Amino acid sequence: MGALLAGFLGALTGLGGGVIIVPLLTLVFHVDIHYAIGAALVSVIATSSGAAAAYVREGYSNVRVGMFLEIATTIGALVGAALVIHLHVSVISIIFGVVLLYSAYASMTGHTDSGGNAGPDRIATRLRMDSTYPTASGLQNYHVRGVPQGFGLMFVAGVLSGLLGIGSGAVKVLAMDKAMKLPFKVSTTTSNFMIGVTAAAGAGVYLRRGYIDPGLAMPVMLGVLAGSLLGARLLAAARVKVLRLVFSGVIAVLAVEMIYNGLK
Amino acid sequence: MESAERRMDEIMGRLLRAGVILSAVFVLAGGGVYLARHAEPVTDYRVFQGEPEELRTISGIFHEALAFRGRGLIQLGLLILIATPIARVAFSVVAFLYQRDWTYVVVTLIVLGLLVYSLSGA
Repeated sequence: MGALLAGFLGALTGLGGGVIIVPLLTLVFHVDIHYAIGAALVSVIATSSGAAAAYVREGYSNVRVGMFLEIATTIGALVGAALVIHLHVSVISIIFGVVLLYSAYASMTGHTDSGGNAGPDRIATRLRMDSTYPTASGLQNYHVRGVPQGFGLMFVAGVLSGLLGIGSGAVKVLAMDKAMKLPFKVSTTTSNFMIGVTAAAGAGVYLRRGYIDPGLAMPVMLGVLAGSLLGARLLAAARVKVLRLVFSGVIAVLAVEMIYNGLK
Repeated sequence: MESAERRMDEIMGRLLRAGVILSAVFVLAGGGVYLARHAEPVTDYRVFQGEPEELRTISGIFHEALAFRGRGLIQLGLLILIATPIARVAFSVVAFLYQRDWTYVVVTLIVLGLLVYSLSGA
């Protein structure tokens, strides 16, 4: 099934499967977007939990920062999931398209490490968020900054996740990397750690509302899981630069399709 | 202190992996039963209808799964999957209690409360 491909690509490029599953299901298989989002959210939890299991042990993710920001993302996810009933399908498609375009852009530009770790921040110090992460030259200390901005961006990430069935990893990384000045490796792994919790909040609402169909979610979830396992294994050997470029292109095309469909 | 935290991370990682594997087993088993009984998939996903009541509530899903219905088993697997991150948050509450980090006990309790509300609340 196509889900296998989605999980495979998702894991390979670090964008997560949701971003590709919803357009695939709606545009190619003509599935109603509500079912598509339900199935995508479930698969997002599967990949996130699977990957987080590995990352948490490596000592990169900052559990305190993650937990604190999860307050914002879960509230956001609940708001997003509540919004779905009130928004027209075409509006959802257009929002999805715009977010896709941003993801494509973000994954193409890559990152420039914000480096210059400024001094400690009052709120972050009170919340004891400053931590260390492993580098080639031993444990490196870092300070956390911009907690309110990060919190606000995380709320947006949560809304998008609950509304669109994606992990919104791109927005989460943006919040931690740019606003809170976390080291890049810490941002990406902590983001992965948080995605599962955010998606679980959205999925709970979707399940109760009957948007999660077993017949549809089954192949999607299993496909994505198998795909992400395969992808993770191949990642070491693959040429990530080229892959990222191809994937960004695919996403951009899908984004335009979604927007066009929404406007029709 | 530091090694205790490492151990917590270790347990958390195992918890997540176990949840995903358990869930996949149920979804796979349910998928087998489902496909065996519906040789031809006839559901039309183009039109949104919403799931029947028994596949929406926790008690309903357990009931369907115990009756060994394919869709019920899949749904139970998905429920386990959704519960996995929730269990992780619950575990964090305990971990922070153990470290006597009261601020984060409160933080994780808020997150846990929101998650439980999403699954069972209004």
